[in-house]
Amino acid sequence: MLRHALHRLILAVPVMFGVLLIGFLLMQVVPTDPATVRAGPTATPDVIAAIRADLGLDRPLTVQFGLYLWRLLQGDLGTSIINNVPVVQELGATIVPTLELMFASLFWSIPLGILLGTLAGYWRGSLIDRAIMAFSVAGVSVPVFFLGLVLIWFVGFQWQLLPFTGRGGPLWTMDGIMSLILPAVTLGGVFVGPVARMTRTALLDVLSADHVRTARAKGLTERLVVQRHALRNALVPVVTLIGLQIGFLLGGAVVTETVFSWPGVGRLAVGAILSSDFPMAQGTIIVLSMGFIVINLTVDVLYAALDPRIRGA
Amino acid sequence: MSATNDGLLSIEGLRTVFRTHGGEIAAVDGVDLSVPRGRTLGIVGESGCGKSVLSLSVMRLIAHPGRVAAGRVMLDGRDLVQLPAGEMRDVRGSQVAMIFQEPMTSLNPVHTVGFQITEAMRAHDARASAAELRERAIEALNRVRIPAPERRFDEYPHQLSGGMRQRVMIAMALACRPKLLIADEPTTALDVTVQAQILDLLRDLQQETGMSIILITHDLGVVAEMADEVAVMYAGRVVERAPAGALFNDPMHPYTLGLLGSVPRLDEERESLLAIDGSVPPPFALPRGCRFHPRCPFATAECRTEQPPLREIVSGHSAACLRAPVEAFAA
Repeated sequence: MLRHALHRLILAVPVMFGVLLIGFLLMQVVPTDPATVRAGPTATPDVIAAIRADLGLDRPLTVQFGLYLWRLLQGDLGTSIINNVPVVQELGATIVPTLELMFASLFWSIPLGILLGTLAGYWRGSLIDRAIMAFSVAGVSVPVFFLGLVLIWFVGFQWQLLPFTGRGGPLWTMDGIMSLILPAVTLGGVFVGPVARMTRTALLDVLSADHVRTARAKGLTERLVVQRHALRNALVPVVTLIGLQIGFLLGGAVVTETVFSWPGVGRLAVGAILSSDFPMAQGTIIVLSMGFIVINLTVDVLYAALDPRIRGA
Repeated sequence: MSATNDGLLSIEGLRTVFRTHGGEIAAVDGVDLSVPRGRTLGIVGESGCGKSVLSLSVMRLIAHPGRVAAGRVMLDGRDLVQLPAGEMRDVRGSQVAMIFQEPMTSLNPVHTVGFQITEAMRAHDARASAAELRERAIEALNRVRIPAPERRFDEYPHQLSGGMRQRVMIAMALACRPKLLIADEPTTALDVTVQAQILDLLRDLQQETGMSIILITHDLGVVAEMADEVAVMYAGRVVERAPAGALFNDPMHPYTLGLLGSVPRLDEERESLLAIDGSVPPPFALPRGCRFHPRCPFATAECRTEQPPLREIVSGHSAACLRAPVEAFAA
């Protein structure tokens, strides 16, 4: 188990390197010149050249990348071109709200999705099944921003039940929790449908398996048969799906944060890209990709926890 | 017609149907059987003859859209067909246990061997402590001759060979000391040498525990080795029932004759093996009259219209054939 996790961790290193390289190159490909942006619209070519030298942009790409990695190792992601604040500092301030939002979204949507999928699968073909499947198709079809806007309009604006702009405070305060509800419902909302559908499919698959018949032949209650012998096995593909969907979750987080003015990494990334703040944009890309890698790592380890056959491999 | 009452299990007029778009079809159609205590009943037939459906009907594990439509399954004086679901669940595993054809897929890959065995025990004995269950499970593994049972207890099914898994299945089935073990093709998926070991094991365990066994197989060799009495099934019905010796020496139903003719033997010289022409009719396209008549070389006009009942021809030996016993069969 531990070896499996370690193995996965080592495999993540080259992936991380690739992400850094692509993130770095992306910023080179963009047609805007950071030195021009920093110098402002009225700067003379001399000033721009000076800034370029100052930023190290006149040196060969390989040297720039090497320096970039070296600074990164020291925890230095550069400073924002726009407001001269260290990128690390900005990221540090936004990462907690983003994590809050993500966990809050997954916290309710995954259990609900698994529950709905289990109910639908167990009572296949029934009215419950059809209702749940209709609901999940609707959930899959609604874009994140639209769900967010609808919630803002009705729950936030018309009925004035919950706040819908910004973060009211840290999670342990009442304001913090209240302001988190609508964004978390929005972001998690897109997750329930796919999880429910996958759980249903996987459960139906397992329920017809031989070992489920064995479990029934032992005299187990139907509840134990489903819990221990069907759902547990069905969770393996569900976890895979969740891992794959995390990419959408990160994309959804960017949209959700923008719609709700949530002070997170996603909104920071959008702002940085729109204002050509290269170091900041690079920093947010690194953090979001790291998140992706960490989540995939977690999924891999979870796999092994769920299915002993994977542990040895 | 009705089976004797001195046995442990008696099946009377059992009929199991499946609902399809074309109406209800009967996979098991009016079967009478009985199993005496401590003895083995072999049920033989080609695939599709209804033998597995019969065994699942006894366990009441027929899944939707199937159901037991008529008949009784009397176990120790209780009719399992009429039992409330909760009581039937108590019967499963503790009174009647079952092992299946595929040991590779019949165990849950995500739980340890030990967990799956103790789970069966816990289902029928909620008071036992974890340590006690572990001890009993290791004892059960020991009983099915699994080497190093303490180590196997914590292993997963994928770490065991096919033969070992079938032993685990047997240990699990016998964990609660059932009175009846239904073994549905227990050796079909195994290597020949392992088959013999498993059959030996089942016979030894039967002697130790005094349980009855229903052995379902298409392999006449397995039946010859294991069964005290044999029932031959064809298209959802029992066509012949006899003590094992009598069935093999003096088969009375043309179908049984055909089955025996298609088994290679070492002690007889034969040009070629006999094969029964055609195949088992599917339950939705059964012929009128005797269900075997389209494939029967001895069929007469009467066989096409009249369904022969299972009747005793000599003491203890019954056949469902209008023409049995016919001297011509032997020729």
